[in-house]
Amino acid sequence: MANLKTTEKKTKAQSMGMHTEVLTGKTQQKFFNPDEAENFFYWGTYDVDFNKRTELDVKEMDCKEANGKIDQLMSEGYGSIVIKNPQGKHSLGVGILNKLNLIFEGSLGYFGIGSIDGPIVRVNGRVGWSCAENMMSGKVVIEKNAGSCFGAAIRGGDLICKGSVGARTGIDQKGGTIIVGGDAGAFTGFMMQRGRIVILGDVGINLGDSMYDGTIYVGGKIGSFGSDAVEDPMTKNDIDWLKRKLKVAEIGDNFDVSKMTKIVAGKKLWNYDALEPTEKKGAI
Amino acid sequence: MCGIAGLIHRGKSSNVGEELQSMLQALKHRGPDSTGYALYAQNDGQNFIMRFKVGENVGEGSTSVNEDASVYDERKKLVDNNLSELGATIEKEEKLTPYSYRYEIKYDKDLMDFSKKIESVEMVEILSIGKSLELIKDLGDAKTVCERYNLDKVQGTHGIGHARMATESGVDIKSAHPFWGYPFADVSVVHNGQLTNYWNNRRALENKGMRFMSECDSELIAVFLAEKMRNGATLEEGMKESLTGLDGVFTYFVATKDSLGMAKDTMAAKPLVLYESDDLVAMGSEEIAIRSILPQEIDTYDPFDGEVKVWQI
Repeated sequence: MANLKTTEKKTKAQSMGMHTEVLTGKTQQKFFNPDEAENFFYWGTYDVDFNKRTELDVKEMDCKEANGKIDQLMSEGYGSIVIKNPQGKHSLGVGILNKLNLIFEGSLGYFGIGSIDGPIVRVNGRVGWSCAENMMSGKVVIEKNAGSCFGAAIRGGDLICKGSVGARTGIDQKGGTIIVGGDAGAFTGFMMQRGRIVILGDVGINLGDSMYDGTIYVGGKIGSFGSDAVEDPMTKNDIDWLKRKLKVAEIGDNFDVSKMTKIVAGKKLWNYDALEPTEKKGAI
Repeated sequence: MCGIAGLIHRGKSSNVGEELQSMLQALKHRGPDSTGYALYAQNDGQNFIMRFKVGENVGEGSTSVNEDASVYDERKKLVDNNLSELGATIEKEEKLTPYSYRYEIKYDKDLMDFSKKIESVEMVEILSIGKSLELIKDLGDAKTVCERYNLDKVQGTHGIGHARMATESGVDIKSAHPFWGYPFADVSVVHNGQLTNYWNNRRALENKGMRFMSECDSELIAVFLAEKMRNGATLEEGMKESLTGLDGVFTYFVATKDSLGMAKDTMAAKPLVLYESDDLVAMGSEEIAIRSILPQEIDTYDPFDGEVKVWQI
C-alpha cells in the first residue's frame, strides 16, 4: 500500500491513471485540499505491470475473498488479471483505485466494479444492478446486457454496455460518459447533473426526468420525456464528439449519429443560489 | 426486500423441487423469515390435492400466538366432517407437520363453496387446491422448508417460489408466499415489492365476494387476478390489467397448471433477471438464483418496465 502524503507524489498518482482533480468550493477546500499532506491519502495503489498477467478462479470464493485476492495480486505487481467463474456474484471488483486491466470471464451480480478510479475493465457477460456505481475514472466495457441503475452517480470515465440496460441508467450521474448499444428502460438519466449518456436503441418512459444538466443522445424511439427534459438541436460538435466516442468505444459501426435526438435540461426546475448550506442558516 | 424465483421446463419434466430449492437458497439474503414453493408436479390428475394448515408454526421467530397442539387434532376432525358433508372423499391423507396436512380428495362440485366450508373451521386455511399444484410454505430458509416437506424429489414441469423478509405483516405461514389464487385450482402467485392501494382494492374485492386470509399486501395480487379470471379474463389479460389496477412497486410471478407468467410494474422498481431458451425459462430477483441451476455461461436480461410475459409448458 502506498501512502501518497506529499504533493510531489501526486505525479505518481497521475501516472497511475488516478483521478487527481483539485476540488474547489469552501467545503472541499476545508476537508480535501490535496496540498495539505494529511488530507491526500489513497488506499490501495500499487506499481503494476500490464504485461504481468494472471488468472483468478473465484468459483468457490465470496466477494470479500475475491476482492482481497485482486488487491493482493495488484500488490504483487500484476497489471492484467482475468477473473474466471464470477457466476453472478455481487460486489466483485469494487473499490479498485489503481491502473489495471481487469477481465471477467462471465457475468457479475449487483454492484459490480463500483467505486473504481483508474482500471480498464471488460466483462464478457452480463452485469446486475448498479454496475460501476460511483466510478471516478477508467473504462468499463460490458459485452452483454446490464441491469437497472447502470452507472449510477458516476463522476468520470467511460462506461459502455454493448447490450441493453434496465431502468434508471445514469441516475444521479455527475460526469463521465455512458454508452449503450441496445435499448434502455424507464427513467434513463433520472436526476443526472453532468456528463453524457448515449443510447443507440430505444429508451423507455420519463427520459431525463428532473435532470439538472448534462446531455443525453438517443438513436431510437423515446417512450416519453421526463419532467424538464427538452430536445435540443444537434450541432457539428455533438456529431464529431459522438463519432469519436463510438469509435473509441468500438460500438455502433456505421451508426448515423446525425439522426440522433439530443436531450438536455430545460432548467425550469432550477432553484439555486450561490450560498453554501452553512451560509443559509440566517435565511432558514 | 424478498426474493422470488421461478422456472418452467417446456416439453419435459424435471426435478423442479430441488431446482427451486437451489434458486431460493441462493436468494436467502433477500428474505430469511419464511420460504414458500408452488410446484406443479407430475400427479395422475384424477384427484384434487388439498394442502391446508390447522395452525401456525410458533417456533423459528414466529409472531404467532402459541397454542396447545391438541387443538390441531380437533380442527382436523372438523375439516374431515366438513369434507364428508360436502360429499368429498379422502383418497389419501398425509400429516406433514403438527399443523399442516396434504389430502388427495375426490370432489366434482364448486370449489368456492368447498373452500368456504373448509375454512369455516377456526384457524384453518387452505394453502392450495389443484390437480398438479403442490403449495408448501413455512418458516425458515429454502433448505429447511425443502427438507421438512421432502420437496427435493418432486418431479414436475414448473414452479415458483419466494424467500420472504416480513415487512408489511407478521412472521407466520398465513403471510408467507406463494398465495393460492382462491378459488381457482392450480393458480399461485409470488410477489416482490409493496402495494400502496391494498386497502382500497381489498374492500372493493371483498364486496364482490372475494376472500382474504392475511393482511399481507401480496395476497391482493392473487385475489385481483382471480377476480378478473372469474369474470372471463385470461391470465395474461388479468396480468396486464394489474399494471394499472395495482399501485406501488412490484415484480410478481403467476403460475397455472400449464403456464408461468411474470409482470413488472411501470416504474421497473423491483429487480428481475430472466433466462429464456427453447426448453427452459428461469427467472429470479438476482442472477445468482439462475446461476445456481445453470452454472455455465448464459445470456440473461432484465425485462423492462410494464412488461408482462407468459410461457406455456
